[in-house]
Amino acid sequence: MAAPSFGLSARSTLAVLERGLTLYRRLWRASVFGSFVLPVLFLVSIGIGVGGHIGQVGGVSYLAWIVPGVMASTAFQMAVGECTYPILGDFKWTRGFHAMRATPVGVGDMVCGHLLYILIRVEIAVVVFLGVTALFGTLHSPWALVTPLVCALVTLAVAAPTMAFAASIDHDSYFALLFRFVMIPATLFSGVFFPVGQLPGPVRPLAYVSPLWHGVELNRAATLGAAPPWPAAAHLGYLLAFTAAGMAWALHAFGRRLQD
Amino acid sequence: MVTTWIAARISPGRVGAVIGRNVGALRSGPAYWLVLVSGFFEPLLYLLSIGVGVGALVGELPVGGRSLDYATFVAPAMLAVSAMSGALAETTYNFFFKMKYSKTFEAVLATPVRPLEVALGELGWAMVRGSVYTALFLVVMVALGLTSPLGALAAFPATVLVGLAFGAIGMAVSTLMRGWQDFDLMSTGQFALFLFSGTFSPVTDYPAPLQVLVQLTPLYHAVELVRAPAIGQAGWGLLPHILYLLAMMAVGLLFAARRLRRTLTV
Repeated sequence: MAAPSFGLSARSTLAVLERGLTLYRRLWRASVFGSFVLPVLFLVSIGIGVGGHIGQVGGVSYLAWIVPGVMASTAFQMAVGECTYPILGDFKWTRGFHAMRATPVGVGDMVCGHLLYILIRVEIAVVVFLGVTALFGTLHSPWALVTPLVCALVTLAVAAPTMAFAASIDHDSYFALLFRFVMIPATLFSGVFFPVGQLPGPVRPLAYVSPLWHGVELNRAATLGAAPPWPAAAHLGYLLAFTAAGMAWALHAFGRRLQD
Repeated sequence: MVTTWIAARISPGRVGAVIGRNVGALRSGPAYWLVLVSGFFEPLLYLLSIGVGVGALVGELPVGGRSLDYATFVAPAMLAVSAMSGALAETTYNFFFKMKYSKTFEAVLATPVRPLEVALGELGWAMVRGSVYTALFLVVMVALGLTSPLGALAAFPATVLVGLAFGAIGMAVSTLMRGWQDFDLMSTGQFALFLFSGTFSPVTDYPAPLQVLVQLTPLYHAVELVRAPAIGQAGWGLLPHILYLLAMMAVGLLFAARRLRRTLTV
């Protein structure tokens, strides 16, 4: 069959988004629990339990300190989750992308439509989470209002390359490796739970590579009203560059996969 | 009487054949070995991040009348969690797939193997797999000075019991699953247990009603049972935890066998 078109049009992209939302209507009950309740349970368990033994970090309560980190990592986890099995599944098991190829929808529409769908889901979760944490009294600055934008950027930076990875593999057991060697270490060592400065010098640059770290620091600067460790433009630039590279990879991987 | 009842129903050879089938199936997927081995890294990463990273913020923690280094407190809990999730990984996702999609158990039950033997064999295999992780984890704990070699030897059988109890319950739950979406609920429940079972901070940190609730859930008993020998505080007080986990295992196994018989044999 001919190579799939790389087209990108607003109408086709929105059609892909609509498909995602329609499918989500069947699943939302189970996911509400995961995306809203878990982060809150997390705050209660770690923030209050462990936080009670810690006291203050960087001049604020431990709970206030981890809230922006947990928020960014929620976006991170959702982005990875929505770009692994659902993407591979649409290539391999349900062949949803092959069905789209038979319509005017191009590869660009598929990638952008799916990204939009994830963005909507992440933003709903983040805004609810922000409201809950405001009730805990952990937001110290009106800049907290920009955290949904930071989370959107983290989502794009992570979702694009994860989609590309999912489109490039043949067997879902590679996801277990992605989770164990990339996602979990990134979550645990990106300054969500303890300052990256505590990491031994040689491994610290690994945290700087992780898009999550940049999101965490921007979020934290926003909710606490402090300056981030790097200039904000540097953090933002890194996330944007990561997104652009991920998108390019995703377009390439989708195009190749759909040639069969 | 119980032994004759069991002997009349179970043949070690047939249980062994179910385990053997799993060993043979290991070669089926690409990267399967790597996935299997990498399962060990997950609790280790948690230990390094929470135990060592957050531990540096916490300092010492008062536990049972003495002051414990935070990593020493958290490590045995991570070990118990690892025993739980190792066993569950095999007896939920894999078990469900074998039951519903690959029809493995229908094939197995077409031979002289009986439902209870299938359940025992699957649990046995989950144990082999989980025990490799926990043994490696204990070696790391000894190397980092988080427990003594003797404490590690004493904690190992505790982790085996934890794996058996959760593995059996996992199988029972899998026989009730309607589809993959139900697993989301299960993993959410598993994560909630992980957060509130005295893993990251002593249960006494919580308000009294929540403490009682936590003490009813299974992972709490698993964590207590593994932590005590690891920090050198084992005693008769552990008996209720042991009985709780044994009961879980028995109920899980019998229920799973019953459901397999009902749904897969005519």
